[in-house]
Amino acid sequence: MAMPEIRNYTLNFGPQHPAAHGVLRLVLEMDGEVIERADPHIGLLHRATEKLAETRTYNQALPYMDRLDYVSMMCNEHAYVMAVEKMLGVSVPVRARYIRVMFDEITRILNHLMWIGAHGLDIGAMTIFLYAFREREDLMDCYEAVSGARLHAAYYRPGGVYRDLPDSMPKYETSKWHNTKDVERLNRNRQGSMLDFIEDFTDRFPTCVDEYETLLTENRIWKQRTVDIGIVTPERALQLGFTGPMIRGSGIAWDLRKKQPYEVYEQLDFDIPVGTNGDTYDRYLVRVEEMRQSNRIIRQCVKWLRENSGPVMLDNHKITPPRRDDVKGDMESLIHHFKLFTEGYCIPEGEVYAAVEHPKGEFGIYMISDGANKPYRLKIRAPGFVHLSALDEMSRGHMLADVVAILGTQDIVFGEVDR
Amino acid sequence: MLDALLTLVIVLLKIVALLVPLMVAVAYLTFAERKIIGYIQGRVGPLHVGPRGWLQPIADAVKLIFKEIIVPAGANRFLFLLAPLLAMGPSIAAWAVMPLGDNLYITDIDAGLLYVLAVTSLSVYGIIIAGWASNSKYALLGALRSAAQVVSYEIAMGFALVGVLLAAGSMNLREIVLSQEGSLLHWFWLPLLPLFVVYFIAGLAETNRAPFDLAEGESEIVAGFHVEYSGMSFGVFFLAEYANMILISMLTSLMFLGGWLSPFQGIPVLESLFSWVPGIVWLLLKTSFFLLLFLWIRATFPRYRYDQLMRLGWKILIPITIAWLLVVGAAVVGGLGPWFDGA
Repeated sequence: MAMPEIRNYTLNFGPQHPAAHGVLRLVLEMDGEVIERADPHIGLLHRATEKLAETRTYNQALPYMDRLDYVSMMCNEHAYVMAVEKMLGVSVPVRARYIRVMFDEITRILNHLMWIGAHGLDIGAMTIFLYAFREREDLMDCYEAVSGARLHAAYYRPGGVYRDLPDSMPKYETSKWHNTKDVERLNRNRQGSMLDFIEDFTDRFPTCVDEYETLLTENRIWKQRTVDIGIVTPERALQLGFTGPMIRGSGIAWDLRKKQPYEVYEQLDFDIPVGTNGDTYDRYLVRVEEMRQSNRIIRQCVKWLRENSGPVMLDNHKITPPRRDDVKGDMESLIHHFKLFTEGYCIPEGEVYAAVEHPKGEFGIYMISDGANKPYRLKIRAPGFVHLSALDEMSRGHMLADVVAILGTQDIVFGEVDR
Repeated sequence: MLDALLTLVIVLLKIVALLVPLMVAVAYLTFAERKIIGYIQGRVGPLHVGPRGWLQPIADAVKLIFKEIIVPAGANRFLFLLAPLLAMGPSIAAWAVMPLGDNLYITDIDAGLLYVLAVTSLSVYGIIIAGWASNSKYALLGALRSAAQVVSYEIAMGFALVGVLLAAGSMNLREIVLSQEGSLLHWFWLPLLPLFVVYFIAGLAETNRAPFDLAEGESEIVAGFHVEYSGMSFGVFFLAEYANMILISMLTSLMFLGGWLSPFQGIPVLESLFSWVPGIVWLLLKTSFFLLLFLWIRATFPRYRYDQLMRLGWKILIPITIAWLLVVGAAVVGGLGPWFDGA
């Protein structure tokens, strides 16, 4: 009698799984608890963003960018508006640049807070998630105050930002759940302008990061679960095309904000943290430090924005809308308004690649124009897609619980992977 | 004949008198868990059902009872439905020998400690059978993890209990408590400190609570062994887990914190000042303290990985208990005061 054939068994991990970070479907080939092969299946959140952009005018395609990586909305917009501006050959008012940088960094903190919470939950630490969301709430309020939307802001526009920062923050009102005293406490830091609110946030945020670190950084279980998990050597990280915290965790100080500075990053003072071992723990430390550095950048932007005023949008009404009251009284403005919102604007023939240092890595927009008012082709370079394709290599030989930790450390968001 | 019937009725009444408060305690332990973890995490927990959320556990129970019990296709129907009962049974049966006070118990058997150890070990069968009968890979993984975990932590737990046995010179739970009489310092937590800690950690692992909740491992194997259970069949697993938590907490306070003995014993003024407090209050307070620890630990720590859990059990906890057993043995033989000089 022949020996019964011994074979590994496959486990279908997701798309309906608490740690699948959305709609990841992993087919795991396992030998007991040990992973022999991890095969990610993607496409369950595919919305054809690139194709849709070909059928919309340049301004109309902008809100799709929010929906790519839906935890770092404004950074996606940033890459897109930079691409359009590069093609048009226009340069943006300096105040708008500062506002963009400030919101890029706010977005980075938003993203990293989401990541630290989800990563904690993946590894079983549940309190960190709620702590992180407590601070996210304040930043979401900033999004709302400036754009009217908490998630899909559509705030950056080709030629600047939609409008200047508001002079007041929305306030809580008394309700069944909040009495006058609660409301007074909640509104204490909302009395001044939005910049005051952000400054107050940056004052307390470092203490909050300390709080997260007391929960995790020296926690023995946390270290056991993350140290030496999913190691990527610097050479492999380069070969695989890693960017962002994933490559910096492996010890390569690659950051577009320093390597090819855009907007006003050259004038700002900040450091790029790098890891040494390229494991999950190092990437954790890198991201935590990035939150502190982003906080530093925000403070510098707040200081500059307080001292300098100016326009936040180009005065070129071929690409930016005219003032609302001009539209009511002035024929030329009315025509500009009508043309911009129906036909849009044409971009000269050519191609462009614009990339920003997105919280997850290099987020790039490659755009070809044939001279029409819509892009001929739009290609999105999403960092998450590249990182996810290394999942098999990173998780091979680890245990099932480590796959979840590795997914967490890659900071996968399916909006950008599937596009 | 009439006598036998009367005894039976009295025993049944006793059981009811124990079980009803126990089930209420389980229900409100879930409420306490949600509230306490809520406050730890900067939120308020359930607030809407009843005054300040106090009817939440009742609502949960009603919801679970009215839900359909789904038996998955390909599952072994008999074993699938038997498993929750096997998990629940032992965690209730162990209460038979729990002394809640000097004269407050259902039975008082000499080998109480052995009985508890034997009965609680059985509950793992419920988990293993549930995992196997579900015919699901996630459930099977959960069951495998649970089996390995319980087997290895049972040993550490057993050794810790041997220490208690040596110190008290009895396997009767009531006598174990009585041998701690004297003062707060006479309780066994002090001479058996390492065993006390090991026992509590092993207790966490035995009840599959965080950070040892690998058998359910939410983010890895979804819900582990009970992933296919719904409605009340899931509810029974849930009840069993919480009843086990209370059981372990109470055993810990009985064996290491002097059970129903007042903490003010032997302190001149305070002892008489608090002498009116019934013993059961102290016991419940001590039990609540350990339950709070259970919840606090759950809110604080990440989850262990399967192999790390094994390493902790075999390479750290078991050697500690064995080493300390020798120390306790020597102390008992040498009659080290104030704990072992009386006997």
